Amino acid sequence: MADVAPKTRAIITSETQPTLPVYIKLRHDAGRGRWLILAPERIFEPDDTAVEVLKLCDGQRSVADIANVLAKEYNAPQGEILTDIVTMLQDLADKGVVTA
Amino acid sequence: MNENAPTHVKNVPVTLDAGELRTEAKQSDEAADVACARAPIGLLAELTHKCPLQCPYCSNPLELERANTELSTEDWQRVMREAAALGILQIHLSGGEPTARRDLVDIVKTASDCGLYTNLITAAVLLKRDQLVALKEAGLDHVQISIQDVDTRAENADRIGGYKGGSEKKKIVAGWVRELGMPLTINAPIHRHNIDSVEAIIDYAVRLGAGRVEIAHVQYYAWALKNRASLMPTREQFNESAKIVERKREELKGVLVIDSVVPDYYAKYPKPCMGGWGRGIINVTPSGRVLPCHAAESIKGLEFDTVRDKPLGEIWLYGSAFQKYRGTDWMKEPCRSCPRREIDYGGCRCQAFALTGDAANTDPACSLSPLHEQWAMVAEVESHEATPPDFVYRRFSGASPKAEPQKAPVSTDA
Repeated sequence: MADVAPKTRAIITSETQPTLPVYIKLRHDAGRGRWLILAPERIFEPDDTAVEVLKLCDGQRSVADIANVLAKEYNAPQGEILTDIVTMLQDLADKGVVTA
Repeated sequence: MNENAPTHVKNVPVTLDAGELRTEAKQSDEAADVACARAPIGLLAELTHKCPLQCPYCSNPLELERANTELSTEDWQRVMREAAALGILQIHLSGGEPTARRDLVDIVKTASDCGLYTNLITAAVLLKRDQLVALKEAGLDHVQISIQDVDTRAENADRIGGYKGGSEKKKIVAGWVRELGMPLTINAPIHRHNIDSVEAIIDYAVRLGAGRVEIAHVQYYAWALKNRASLMPTREQFNESAKIVERKREELKGVLVIDSVVPDYYAKYPKPCMGGWGRGIINVTPSGRVLPCHAAESIKGLEFDTVRDKPLGEIWLYGSAFQKYRGTDWMKEPCRSCPRREIDYGGCRCQAFALTGDAANTDPACSLSPLHEQWAMVAEVESHEATPPDFVYRRFSGASPKAEPQKAPVSTDA
């Protein structure tokens, strides 16, 4: 059996490049008219903000990049958005939905 | 950005684990949406009742279904397609031991092709590495491995499961799962014989590379009810384990998700049976009978449809067993006027039937049940017996009290 490196808690900062692991599936549930995150033996229901952020988590963009995109799109201050999504992504990382 | 609340993601309250299928007691306001949708979100597919292990708390019925009554590959593939069309999101492939089915890869492939999230709930001892690779290639999303105790207490683990070498084999398979980059959950049913290992089991799950562990206190239905006097921990032991779970959750935040299920006997309110009968989960037995709950056949007088005769969606919506206890109209007092009636749905119908003779009664796990005190006393007395009775191991030959701990595996396995 191969040794698996002990996992440590991912800490989200503005430089983090978050991504969804292959086994986390963001799906639109047409029958129920909502977005869902399918995870191991769990289902989460993200709000609209979380959906927008998760769609931008491609492992390339940093959290700051994501905040920039959303700031333009919603014509809102980048700093506020950044603070909000760092908190959100930390929560998602702790739930195992995104990896850094 | 719209609001200050730090959580932008809500739990849809449905989780399952090996053998012990249930929904979490935690309730959130979107639960109403799930009910409105009128479609289950999870399907528990019990592919076979064959299992090399003989755990005395097995959640399968005492009357196990024989291999010659099992659905064919084509039947299961049709069930997967019907499930996806119905709006089901996750498939939990369970048993018995699902890897004892030679067509498991074909079933997973079909489920995955339909867009279903696939979860393998396994004891792992029959799995070979190439089979796991094939399952991954077929689209398997997640693996849950049950353990009986920590690896440093392998002898105890193997005694509980009635399978020599099981603990070591599980460890090897867990390693393969992680090597292949698949997410892993460790499920640990907890009882008198391993409750002192709770902290060690959590640490073991981290060592195995699991992202999630279930500290699943045994629920006393079916085989576990038969073995209750052997398995019940004391209230003090339970309280201690609950403290450990709280501490470890904080310590392992972002490393390991720890889910815990409280033993009914020490709870104030019951668990919502399946998150509400006929509300979120549908169960198909090896022979194709469709149940609102894996233990529902223990309730006398209910009639179950089979996927051989009717489409899954029709059974879910109109089947008499699903209609019988769906919603709250069937309730009697004290449930009927209880403010918690849509939180815990009167608890477990099977437990109400087993202990009161009427499945519409309040589950005695509820402190509002007139039988609660008497029922809780049973746990108090049994858990303090100096020498617990021998296990009645789960096996096809039925519930004979003779312990034969080390039986040969059901199939040859290198």
